[in-house]
Amino acid sequence: MSARLPKGGRFLNRSQPIEFSFNGKQLQGFEGDTLASALMANGQQLVGRSFKYHRPRGVVASGAEEPNALVNLGTGRRLEPNQRATTTELFEGLEATSQNHWPSLEFDVGAINARLSRFLPAGFYYKMFMWPRAFWKHVYEPFIRQSAGLGKAPNARDADTYEHFNITVDVLVIGGGIAGLEAARVAGSSGAQVLLIEQTAQWGGRANVDATLIDGADEEHWIEATVDALEDMDNVRLRTRVMGAGVYDHGYVLAYERLCDHDPQDGLPRHRLWKIRARQIVTATGAIERPLSFAGNDLPGVLLASAQRDYLINYGVSAGDRTVIVTNNDDAYRTALMLHNLGLEVKAVIDARAEANGPLPVAAREAGIRVETGKAIAKVKGVARVEGVAICAQVGEGAVLDEIACDVVAMSGGWSPVVHLWSHCGGKLVWDDAQAHFRPDPGKAPIGADGHAFVHTTGAASGLLKSDEILQNAHDAGADAAKAAGHKPKRGKAPTAASPDEAPIEPVWMMPQGAGHELRSKMWLDFQNDVKVSDVQLAAQEGFESVEHTKRYTTLGMATDQGKLSNINGLAILSKSLGADIPAVGTTTFRPPYTPISMGAIAGEARGKLFQPLRRTPMHDWHEANGAHWEPVGHWRRPYAFPRGSETVEQAVQREVKNTREAVGLLDASTLGKILVKGPDAGAFLDLLYTNMVSTLPLGRCRYGLMCSENGFLIDDGVIVRLSEDSWLCHTTTGGADRIHGHMEEWLQTEWWDMQVHTANLTEQYAQIAVVGPDARNVLEALGGDIDLDAETLPFMHWTEGRIGDFDARVFRISFSGELSYEVAVPASQGLAFWNALLKAGEVFGVMPYGTEALHIMRAEKGFIMIGDETDGTVIPQDLGLHWAISKKKADFLSKRAQERDHMTDPDRWQLVGLETVDGSVLPDGAYALAEGRNENGQRNTQGRVTSTYHSPTLGRGIAMGLVLHGPERMGEVLKFTNIGGAPIEARIVSPVFYDPEGKKQNV
Amino acid sequence: MSDLASPLPGVAVSGIAEVRELGLRGMITIKGDLALPLVNSTATGVSGVDFPDRGQANYVGERGLCWMAPDEIMVLTPYAEAAGDTAHIAHVLRDTHSLVANVSDARCLFEVSGASAREVLSKLTPADMHPDRFRPGAFRRTRLAQVPAAVWMRDDQTIEVFAFRSAARYVSDLLANAARPGTAVGYY
Repeated sequence: MSARLPKGGRFLNRSQPIEFSFNGKQLQGFEGDTLASALMANGQQLVGRSFKYHRPRGVVASGAEEPNALVNLGTGRRLEPNQRATTTELFEGLEATSQNHWPSLEFDVGAINARLSRFLPAGFYYKMFMWPRAFWKHVYEPFIRQSAGLGKAPNARDADTYEHFNITVDVLVIGGGIAGLEAARVAGSSGAQVLLIEQTAQWGGRANVDATLIDGADEEHWIEATVDALEDMDNVRLRTRVMGAGVYDHGYVLAYERLCDHDPQDGLPRHRLWKIRARQIVTATGAIERPLSFAGNDLPGVLLASAQRDYLINYGVSAGDRTVIVTNNDDAYRTALMLHNLGLEVKAVIDARAEANGPLPVAAREAGIRVETGKAIAKVKGVARVEGVAICAQVGEGAVLDEIACDVVAMSGGWSPVVHLWSHCGGKLVWDDAQAHFRPDPGKAPIGADGHAFVHTTGAASGLLKSDEILQNAHDAGADAAKAAGHKPKRGKAPTAASPDEAPIEPVWMMPQGAGHELRSKMWLDFQNDVKVSDVQLAAQEGFESVEHTKRYTTLGMATDQGKLSNINGLAILSKSLGADIPAVGTTTFRPPYTPISMGAIAGEARGKLFQPLRRTPMHDWHEANGAHWEPVGHWRRPYAFPRGSETVEQAVQREVKNTREAVGLLDASTLGKILVKGPDAGAFLDLLYTNMVSTLPLGRCRYGLMCSENGFLIDDGVIVRLSEDSWLCHTTTGGADRIHGHMEEWLQTEWWDMQVHTANLTEQYAQIAVVGPDARNVLEALGGDIDLDAETLPFMHWTEGRIGDFDARVFRISFSGELSYEVAVPASQGLAFWNALLKAGEVFGVMPYGTEALHIMRAEKGFIMIGDETDGTVIPQDLGLHWAISKKKADFLSKRAQERDHMTDPDRWQLVGLETVDGSVLPDGAYALAEGRNENGQRNTQGRVTSTYHSPTLGRGIAMGLVLHGPERMGEVLKFTNIGGAPIEARIVSPVFYDPEGKKQNV
Repeated sequence: MSDLASPLPGVAVSGIAEVRELGLRGMITIKGDLALPLVNSTATGVSGVDFPDRGQANYVGERGLCWMAPDEIMVLTPYAEAAGDTAHIAHVLRDTHSLVANVSDARCLFEVSGASAREVLSKLTPADMHPDRFRPGAFRRTRLAQVPAAVWMRDDQTIEVFAFRSAARYVSDLLANAARPGTAVGYY
């Protein structure tokens, strides 16, 4: 059984006990523990169950690569599933529960899946879900839903906050082991801005565990001295608990800081996502030990040999009392020697190699440890945990030679460099035969915009496994990175280290090498997703030759650990099955993040009121205080209507229309785009942009204009104002302001760069208020000022500027309602005061504000189109009867040629008409006009559709606009329109202008 | 005009930095060929400061010049004088291809000050706020979270933030949130 040793544990503060709970059981650990080490210290080796077969699982690793020890952490607003116990620092009151079991961790009904495993082979989903169809809904989907996912999804709002932090550095060093420390030290000596980050809470990486002499002293001394030296450098920053998550183009790196995971508290950011722009990056991310594939390698009690050392040295925890070590390399003997030196029993070292005579195996033998070479584990004995191992010859088929009782199996299949960050942005890998791993190919580094490498790799991450080589290489990498960033490092001498020689590793991908199907179907590759050697072999047999396809077919490496332990073993099995070399099969793609990061960290501050910017007009607060019912328009909120008292929104809209038609209304039109276009070529430029003629617009006049894309489709409309000889003010739709300004600049900068034109988006400079209705002039005149507003001085479609009351105003006599109407622009800072002044002056005339829905009804009564209602990206002006706004005189304009295409001139294009229901009801929005017969898909044929539909309070009936086949030629005809859930509705084709067709009311 | 309203009059919060709204300021956009002596001298004449280098702003009192783009400079002026100054500049440049616009009402202004002011901004903008590179006088157009903005280093611990007026509340909330007590990063 795993237990805490009476002494040791260099991370521990044994004077500071910490209470925590696991599955409701109160347990005790120490400050400095991880959840995994504390659970092991309490004898809790069973920590979860696997995804597919619900097999019992124990801690297998000691860091970010852990596949098994995933827990639900916290409760309520702090519940988070799939948290790795090996990287979760223990804190007072931590609550964890194990995942994927029912009803309890010890007794799990789902484990029945394991007995059905031969019915759940690789590609199970793809094979089974094809037929019969009815099974999908009733059998497969419930099954998947039942078994999908490991942890529980939280259902409460996250209690914590998160933030981003943007910095630019010369050199970013990722990884705080001895390689990262040395690289940062040398880079720092150049004066470059250096940031060194380390994902754990401690500096030094593995060097502390695998005691190494550096510069003749204990490694701990060198690490401490180097950290001190780095902290003394003004140009260097060091952070622990920050993980390099992803490397992207242009030296952009995301790093994930965990500020409060080890010390939860309100108000402080729990995670901080660092957005780093680095000129040069050094990845010193270390290496991960590989498991070996033998039958029963997933039982609790089987763990990585290096992890066992970590638990002993860092946490004073032994994984068990009697250990069998199984290996194909010399490094695992360190575990044997460490256990022996601590007085723990090593039953045997099972070494798959024919001989083992390096200094470490020799030392083990000298210590009296039984070493069996050429041997393998035939199978692990035990049901819920390791009880012993059966030994066989590695070269055979698994005939058992001996059995050894034990409660721990420590395995080592060699080391794989952590190449993830090197690979994210295109760094290539090379297969190293001697060390049996993929390592970065320094000649094929990620290349920046300048054609030079921007990522360097060093230490174990480069495939260097000996401390002296690591330090020399890190020294050079730090210097190279600083130089590449434009700085001169001070080259001293690299520190030296003494490490024993190690005999070569011998690749072992399966144990024993001739294992039959029964054993192979018990050899786990991917512990979390339950992928076994037999699954990958089956995939290969079924023709999955690409490693990427095999991955998806078997789900190898697709769990939350992203296959950190399983990928290399899996592709080695695949290559063997295919009879291909490992490098020919290659790896799957390494994608960020390195380990999962929280959704909160990605969102940063963007939640609650900061989720999205809300744009407000100068009158926004007034609208809010006066009960506005809002409508989102782009990032703005516009009042849809202003309900009064017990009025419904619908009633308010009808009242606002009537009041505006009969008395006077106010509309906040500030959101409309206002783009100033100026220059000697401004007229010519605008003639190219709009479909109608703009350059001839006389001074002091306004004109309605249309804009189309180069493919002919309507993209925006609005009133153009001639401000001066060489300047125009272009009004756009609310949603079009930024887009149309960008559209103008794109044409100016890329195609018509020789035109002398400047543009400026002045949308935000003005508050714009439409004063609309028969009493509009009276209200404005009541305010006084120096502008003559009478019909002769300021006729319809003219503008002027001056003072209205105390306000600096530009007055446009334009109308989107059909009534007498003035749109008045004042500087935004005067907007609210002007609005209030209008309300006061208009009181005697019965002035009321109106919202966007009243605006829509009034424009529909007049047959005015609305971008986004009558248009949808497929509509051209000719469809809408707007031929009059398409110049025949201009030699060219955007959309001219497009609109001459066959399809655009097809007389069968649906055309705009008005629609009047026979019974006076309101047509459903988007309803289709029915035609005879059905199409080849059995759907009813159609001959038109509704684009806008309202109840008109002015006419007391439903009115609509729509696009109808040959519509304008079919006046008076009655069509049937779809009505979901009811009988079709009859409507008559009429003119789209329902109200004041002569336009007398707006022109008074 | 007596009832002028800046977007968020009087808004101020205190945390790891002081954040406050700055009220109205005159701002005039000049677009044109900045290399032309007339454009250059008009801008410097109105503002009383040297023409700023790329990425810089110069000021004296309430007047100044901010470099906006290779073809755009912004004149700072007392709010009350913006209309007159605009008319003056437009008149002087009437025969030179240029665009002159009074944009004094189009923006909101905030001041972020204190030892952690740079860190507050670094939580929101990708611009490099490092003291070695974003020194007093630096002026940069960038974004804050999801909206466009400009930042101006007035002195070593004072940053001015310009954003569009409609986003005033959003920017104010952003800055207040980023300046919450206890959230200093300890980086710069």
